[in-house]
Amino acid sequence: MSEHIVSVRIYITIFLVLLVGTALTVWAAFVDFPYGLNTVIAMTIAVTKATFVVLYFMHVRYSARLIWVIVGSALFWMAILFAFTFADYMTRHRLSIGI
Amino acid sequence: MIESHAATPEIHGHPALQHHFENMEQQREAGTLGMWIFLVTEIMFFGGMFLAYTLYRTLYPEAFASASNHLDITLGAVNTGVLILSSFTMAMAVYFTQTGKSRPQVLCLILTLILGLTFLGIKAVEYHQKYTDRLIPGKLIPGAEFTTDPHAVHLLEGATLKQVEMFYYIYFAMTGMHALHMIIGAGLLLYLIIFSLKGRFDPEYHSPVEVIGLYWHFVDIVWIFLFPLLYLLGRHLEHH
Repeated sequence: MSEHIVSVRIYITIFLVLLVGTALTVWAAFVDFPYGLNTVIAMTIAVTKATFVVLYFMHVRYSARLIWVIVGSALFWMAILFAFTFADYMTRHRLSIGI
Repeated sequence: MIESHAATPEIHGHPALQHHFENMEQQREAGTLGMWIFLVTEIMFFGGMFLAYTLYRTLYPEAFASASNHLDITLGAVNTGVLILSSFTMAMAVYFTQTGKSRPQVLCLILTLILGLTFLGIKAVEYHQKYTDRLIPGKLIPGAEFTTDPHAVHLLEGATLKQVEMFYYIYFAMTGMHALHMIIGAGLLLYLIIFSLKGRFDPEYHSPVEVIGLYWHFVDIVWIFLFPLLYLLGRHLEHH
């Protein structure tokens, strides 16, 4: 696979998207959304920003499939880390042993 | 194996090509792959701290909101902008290396370094504010242990000072580790600048620029998550 050179226009677009995302997350933080949606909104914006950085600044979109597998494996292990830990902590009160 | 070595004449090889690679492309792809595997270990390393954050935040939501509201949102937001801009200049440095434009390449690397140092400078100002407010957790600083004044931080209903201290432990662990990565990144950029000035990198050989770029963007991503999680989590409760 020969090297793909990402164009300057794409870099500038991503840069602007990241700035808008930052402004948006600051604005959203001051709005009192119902049902505790503030955190969901903040994390959605952060994940979107991170995805743009990974795909374009870090060239993953144009990289070999092997790189996709490696990035995916990191997310997979993170999911295990969080899921198993919270499966424990969030069910402890049922045994009334506290933390 | 010996035959195949002899069959690959040295004259066609780039001076930076190592003997165990077939060609520059294979060498570059191997380098990128290795860097990504390292970044996976970095993700797991920071992941542990994000886990601790999430856990204590679910346990002490009011204290985390109170402590977070005490952070300087302007400095945090400006620093986010500075880091995003530095990621952009880093990406441009890779671009100019790939297209063989050495002067803008060096310029972009220098800009990235300056922006990285700006970030660290602003971070230092913030740390100093925490020091003056006696919000350094534990007894790390002799004679300035964590505050016992209940009005040091505006406590929301249900929050205690002890829980606020827990937030600051996590705040300093995470931003401190992030800052350490920035300092290492600044050192790596200095190396890139010196060797760029010597004309070491060209469109055929630019793995060091590319790979350090990946590291720099990764550190940027960590901050993209740290900023809303640490600075913004309780702003909507400020007037409660």
